[in-house]
Amino acid sequence: MRECDLVIIGGGPAGLAAAISAFDSGIKDILILERDKELGGILNQCIHNGFGLHTFKEELTGPEYASRFIDKVLERKIEYKLGTMVIDISKDKEVVAINPEEGLFHIKAKAVILAMGCRERSRGALNIPGYRPAGIFSAGTAQRLVNMEGYLPGREVVILGSGDIGLIMARRMTYEGAKVKVVAELMPYSGGLKRNIVQCLDDYDIPLKLSHTVIDIQGKERVTGVTIAEVDNTGKPIKGTEETYSCDTLLLSVGLIPENELSEMAGVELGITSGPIVNESLETNVPGIFACGNVLHVHDLVDYVSEEAGFAGKSAAHFIEDQKKFEDKGIEIQINTGDKVRYTVPKTVHPDIMEDEITVRLRTTNVFKNVYLNCYAGDKRIVHRKRPVIAPGEMENFQLKKEDIKDLKAEEIITVAFEEE
Amino acid sequence: MYDVVIIGAGVSGSAIARELSRYKVNVLVLEKNEDVCSGTSKANSGIVHAGHDATPGSLMAKLNVEGSQMMEELSKELDFAYERNGSMILCFDKKDFNKLQDLYDNGIKNGVKNMEIIYKDEIKKLEPNLTDNVYAALYSKDGGIVDPFGLNIAMAENAATNGVKFEFNAPVVKIEKGNGYWAIDTDKEIIKTKCIVNAAGVFADTIHNMVSKDKMEIIPRKGEYYLLDKSIGKFTNATIFQLPTAYGKGILITPTAHGNMLIGPTANDIPDKEGTNTTREGLDEVALKSMVSSEIVPLRKVITSFAGLRAHLKSHDFVIEEVEGCDGFFDAAGIESPGLTSSPAIGKMVGEMIQKKLHLEENPEFDGKRKDILNPKNLTEEEYEELIKEKPAYGHVICRCERVTEGEILDAIHRPLGAKSLDGIKRRTRAGSGRCQAGFCSPRVMEILSRELNIDQSEITKSGGDSKIIFGTDKDAYRRAN
Ligand SMILES: Cc1cc2nc3c(=O)[nH]c(=O)nc-3n(C[C@H](O)[C@H](O)[C@H](O)COP(=O)(O)OP(=O)(O)OC[C@H]3O[C@@H](n4cnc5c(N)ncnc54)[C@H](O)[C@@H]3O)c2cc1C
Ligand SMILES: Cc1cc2nc3c(=O)[nH]c(=O)nc-3n(C[C@H](O)[C@H](O)[C@H](O)COP(=O)(O)OP(=O)(O)OC[C@H]3O[C@@H](n4cnc5c(N)ncnc54)[C@H](O)[C@@H]3O)c2cc1C
Repeated sequence: MRECDLVIIGGGPAGLAAAISAFDSGIKDILILERDKELGGILNQCIHNGFGLHTFKEELTGPEYASRFIDKVLERKIEYKLGTMVIDISKDKEVVAINPEEGLFHIKAKAVILAMGCRERSRGALNIPGYRPAGIFSAGTAQRLVNMEGYLPGREVVILGSGDIGLIMARRMTYEGAKVKVVAELMPYSGGLKRNIVQCLDDYDIPLKLSHTVIDIQGKERVTGVTIAEVDNTGKPIKGTEETYSCDTLLLSVGLIPENELSEMAGVELGITSGPIVNESLETNVPGIFACGNVLHVHDLVDYVSEEAGFAGKSAAHFIEDQKKFEDKGIEIQINTGDKVRYTVPKTVHPDIMEDEITVRLRTTNVFKNVYLNCYAGDKRIVHRKRPVIAPGEMENFQLKKEDIKDLKAEEIITVAFEEE
Repeated sequence: MYDVVIIGAGVSGSAIARELSRYKVNVLVLEKNEDVCSGTSKANSGIVHAGHDATPGSLMAKLNVEGSQMMEELSKELDFAYERNGSMILCFDKKDFNKLQDLYDNGIKNGVKNMEIIYKDEIKKLEPNLTDNVYAALYSKDGGIVDPFGLNIAMAENAATNGVKFEFNAPVVKIEKGNGYWAIDTDKEIIKTKCIVNAAGVFADTIHNMVSKDKMEIIPRKGEYYLLDKSIGKFTNATIFQLPTAYGKGILITPTAHGNMLIGPTANDIPDKEGTNTTREGLDEVALKSMVSSEIVPLRKVITSFAGLRAHLKSHDFVIEEVEGCDGFFDAAGIESPGLTSSPAIGKMVGEMIQKKLHLEENPEFDGKRKDILNPKNLTEEEYEELIKEKPAYGHVICRCERVTEGEILDAIHRPLGAKSLDGIKRRTRAGSGRCQAGFCSPRVMEILSRELNIDQSEITKSGGDSKIIFGTDKDAYRRAN
């Protein structure tokens, strides 16, 4: 069986950044496994610009952003295999993959980085009644058809979900000659970035209907119409508010789910993000298995994916070089989600072995104005920052300093909350 | 001139076709859709009923028990998924116990074997996820589950291999009596035949009424379902029914032959014979009533919902006969539940009727064996390695959720009566039937279909007809405008 220091599953932005950083931290025996025909992950179909503002201070398209990382992988001669699907990982980090050239093969790794990204929620998961004709696409599938294959999935479009993919696709379909009639959003606020609402909807006079959902799909063979209705604050459709749009296409942009079937095979424990529960090193409960990018929690900006993945790569390198240190981590402190916080990544920290400073990423539960991001170590407030507006669609972060938590005792906790003061 | 034309390629028509292919006879199956298994046979519970439900003495009772007893052997011959997982009818109230006893007695009269009445402790031991409110159950070890697509497709494929012709996109619109033959109009052509078998499911009345003065009326009775993700595993081992109560017919919970859990169906009479849409009310009823059997049904794991239409006749029995005054015209009508279970027996019965009618001789070349699409997941690692070496397409995963490879998809396209649409591929290989519901694999499957069938991607459909997936190419609207 082939042995390898580090196996990275997924060659998207997370996998690429993790590989580069692990390499630069001294690990040369790295293998990236990617099931698609090329490296770059979901970025290959994101041909709009707006990527890389934080990292490169430039507005790049998705493929351009990806190529900067791909180039670095190539420069370092890091090995990768395309068209290769990982089908199993075991607790002791044996990875099983298949491709047409090599068939089925096993690799024994010292460390594994999970970077499989996420998948889109489907209509079924949303439970929309009606017919099941052609013409219902997840926004990402439509994006692939349009941007990578050059096909137009439809001419008259209703979009459910105002997350970034839905917004971007509203504009893209308009560019390609389709008419987008309405974007409906279940929540009273959009799940997407503010700039995308302006640049993708407002600029093209596409109406956004907040607190609306699809309650029926018509058409036996191809979609002929979609009925939407307003919902009350429990999410239930309100009688009398139904409106039917004639259309041939329904695009669903209703959320992404980290893709963790493989992680579960390895015994990795998942948390509220549907991604692995990780510690300060982005290590899962299975020693030597790390996670980063959308497989860990869904990101809105790829810059943060790259940053997070870079850190995972470095952690994996440290693990490979000094497993001892990782075995005896010292005391473990929980990070609790306080008021208005849905989750944090990481979920635990080991002050004894952590870097001087780590990034904690989090999302809120709803839209709030004029709040403070507060972090407490035990009873002591160690972070206090004003946030004029926070929304579930925009990830927040702060730096957690070792110095601030090194004296915590095992039974003490760290709490993160958004508060009035 | 054909000897026999069968109208409809659901389980009934396909079973009849296969039985007829045992004889030297010229048979054509006409199907209005683009594929076999596109009517009620594709949307049902997939249960092989043991046979205690049907009224003793009815044709339904006879064919149910016969069909159920034929299923296991047939599944081996034709290589489709069938499992004898057992079934339980739950009784929640001591007051209703006599109804359970009645069903047991029915079963005995119908010739059902291996039944037993069990009580709470034993029920909970066998099915720990069921409610504590259960009192007793009729446990039928012979109850089973079958892959309805697999059954339908296998019978049709085997019939085709043995010489039966199939024509798709061929709706029968008119039938006229000629001198010693029937003339069938499919909108495209007139087809002459000595005998007709009407196996048109919910449309069997339309076909029947084209030839007979005695009018028939079939009422579509809709059943809606939720399908749950495989990740929850076997929530129950057996198929769990509820004893009908004052609140109506119950909702069942069952594993499917593919390893998902299925809950449903409702039962509502509707006017539209193509009304296979799901409804909010229907799905809510499924959810609510399923909780009577278990409070912890993982409804959050729904991956899709669907509905099927029972071909309900007022008499609530199968009508399988040569229609009076219509020499050579046979009905296989009113084939509602347990039609799937009964299909092998329906095939046999109609086959024998026509053999007698036309004095058919045996076909010495008949080969009743058929191999299913090779599923690499059933191979050992060494075998799988060998396979990929020989056919690299088996190393190329197309559907990530169900892990279906290009090799399987190629097989589905190129075998007899091969797949032509996304749904055709899905029913044969499961590509697209997993938790992401084809979001990931549909562009890839379209590419393969287009290449293999040598048609443009814009011609590819979800399920034939106007169900095209894409409407053109980027910006073509502008090009057309200029
Ligand atoms: C429509 C859309 C618009 C966006 N717009 C912006 C934007 O404007 N600005 C911005 O900054 N960000 C944007 N993003 C976000 C950004 O693209 C993602 O955050 C980023 O791609 C996530 O990176 P990842 O590596 O975690 O996942 P992915 O890019 O999804 O990569 C995961 C990779 O893993 C592979 N993989 C998965 N499972 C396996 C397996 N079993 N075996 C082998 N390989 C496997 C996949 O094929 C894939 O290549 C957008 C995303 C989308 C979808
Ligand atoms: C909700 C529900 C649950 C069920 N559960 C079970 C179960 O668990 N176990 C069980 O044993 N049975 C079950 N059944 C019953 C079973 O599914 C049916 O009895 C069986 O599938 C009927 O098969 P069929 O071939 O007669 O009809 P169909 O499968 O409907 O086939 C009829 C075919 O005829 C074609 N056709 C119609 N009109 C024309 C025309 N004019 N020209 C050409 N072709 C035409 C149609 O396109 C169709 O393909 C259930 C049914 C429903 C609705």
